[in-house]
Amino acid sequence: MSPSGAEVLRQIKDRIEEVDPGAVREQLDSGVLVIDVRQDDEWATGHIPGAHHVPKSHLESRIEGVAPDKSQRVVLYCASGQRSAWAARTLIEDLGYESVESMTGGFTLWKDRGYQVDVPRFMSAEQRDRYSRHLLLNEVGIEGQQKLLDAKVLLLGAGGLGSPAALYLAAAGVGTIGIVDDDTVDLSNLQRQVIHNSERVGVAKVDSAEATINALNPDVKVEKHQLRLGPDNIMDILPNYDIVVDGLDNFPTRYLVNDASVRLRIPVVSAAILGFDGQLSVFKPYEGPCYRCLFPVPPPAELAPSCGANGVIGVLPGTMGLLQATEVIKLILDVGNPLIGRLLMYDALAATATEVKVRRDPHCAICSRDPDEISDEELGVFPDYEAFCAGAH
Amino acid sequence: MATIRIPPVLRPSVGGEREINADGDNVGEILRAVAVDHPGTESQLFGADGELNRYVNVYLNDEDVRVLDGLDTTVSTADTLVILPAMAGGAR
Repeated sequence: MSPSGAEVLRQIKDRIEEVDPGAVREQLDSGVLVIDVRQDDEWATGHIPGAHHVPKSHLESRIEGVAPDKSQRVVLYCASGQRSAWAARTLIEDLGYESVESMTGGFTLWKDRGYQVDVPRFMSAEQRDRYSRHLLLNEVGIEGQQKLLDAKVLLLGAGGLGSPAALYLAAAGVGTIGIVDDDTVDLSNLQRQVIHNSERVGVAKVDSAEATINALNPDVKVEKHQLRLGPDNIMDILPNYDIVVDGLDNFPTRYLVNDASVRLRIPVVSAAILGFDGQLSVFKPYEGPCYRCLFPVPPPAELAPSCGANGVIGVLPGTMGLLQATEVIKLILDVGNPLIGRLLMYDALAATATEVKVRRDPHCAICSRDPDEISDEELGVFPDYEAFCAGAH
Repeated sequence: MATIRIPPVLRPSVGGEREINADGDNVGEILRAVAVDHPGTESQLFGADGELNRYVNVYLNDEDVRVLDGLDTTVSTADTLVILPAMAGGAR
């Protein structure tokens, strides 16, 4: 006669190691790999902080993605300590793991003892479907997608650079997108400003951008700032955001944004375009240089023509705006090697990208100072701001 | 001869070229040779004091010459000088 399930479980528990929740709790920070083998809906109600989730039903196929080193110490848990015992037997006897323990009493006992629990944020079935290609990436996953949904990104301009950046950030699920633009859609914009369309000529760009974003992804909240950014309003707007995307068409505002972002320690993903050429860099205050470290003074007007006067190939802001969006997403997810302390020059005609180093200037007028030393009275009246305004067009 | 990459705003002053070559043993000599060959670039590169304008960055390959020896930085024929003035085009 075959043994009963309960008898088999007793036999398994005799063969595997078990560990008390108290011991697991004490060792959470010591590199032990804790794996929750419960089902998705159980995981969603809460789990041990720092635990990985590999449902028992997918154990064999997914375990190596989480625990590639079979000699690493692994602690498994479920709700009560039964499924994790079965899973531990599988890891040891079928898959060759060398150091596997099952947590006695499971998550139920963990909670009963009042130990800390992480409750994952709820993601709807529609969101899981919408972001499924993100969820499959180790660099994003549910936690990363949640970071994107929680992120607040301010776009300075819904123009050439802002259009593609806004579209892809919205598609990626960046939860709050602020847009500063006081302009209306003009027919001459549509060669490159792809967030607008022919029916919206004459409509405020913030309204046009909002309509496109809402149609693309209802998860995104659009904050419209239909104004021209200046020293009088910048401190009302910037503090509400995590990252600023700068695609501004004039130097005074670029310097103003730099100074305020350093004061607030908000990273700025900055791009500029002209003709067939683009520049891109990330200015993360106090980790890398700021815009003034790179360009302490603006060029005279004749050396700083705007796109309107000189023309720009329509695809270029697409390329540069998407590189900006990519850097924004990397900053939000804290993955990869962001373009901090480096400036990328893209030459579309030559199809080349050149990179140069950008150093922090120890004598920088702004970022050599502690931001807390800058008094409220100085905000918006940054050193030599008036001179920049007078010097640039 | 070293290669000099010309930014969009200076191209009209060098006949539309994106890269030019010039002789010289250091950054200053090369840029002054550029200014002699293409007089339209002189006031854009150099101030009245003969120093590089502060709004123009020059890189020897990928390093800012200001953190090297400035205009005295030695340049070999295999090197590339990158001239980079600030650009602000974007939103409109």
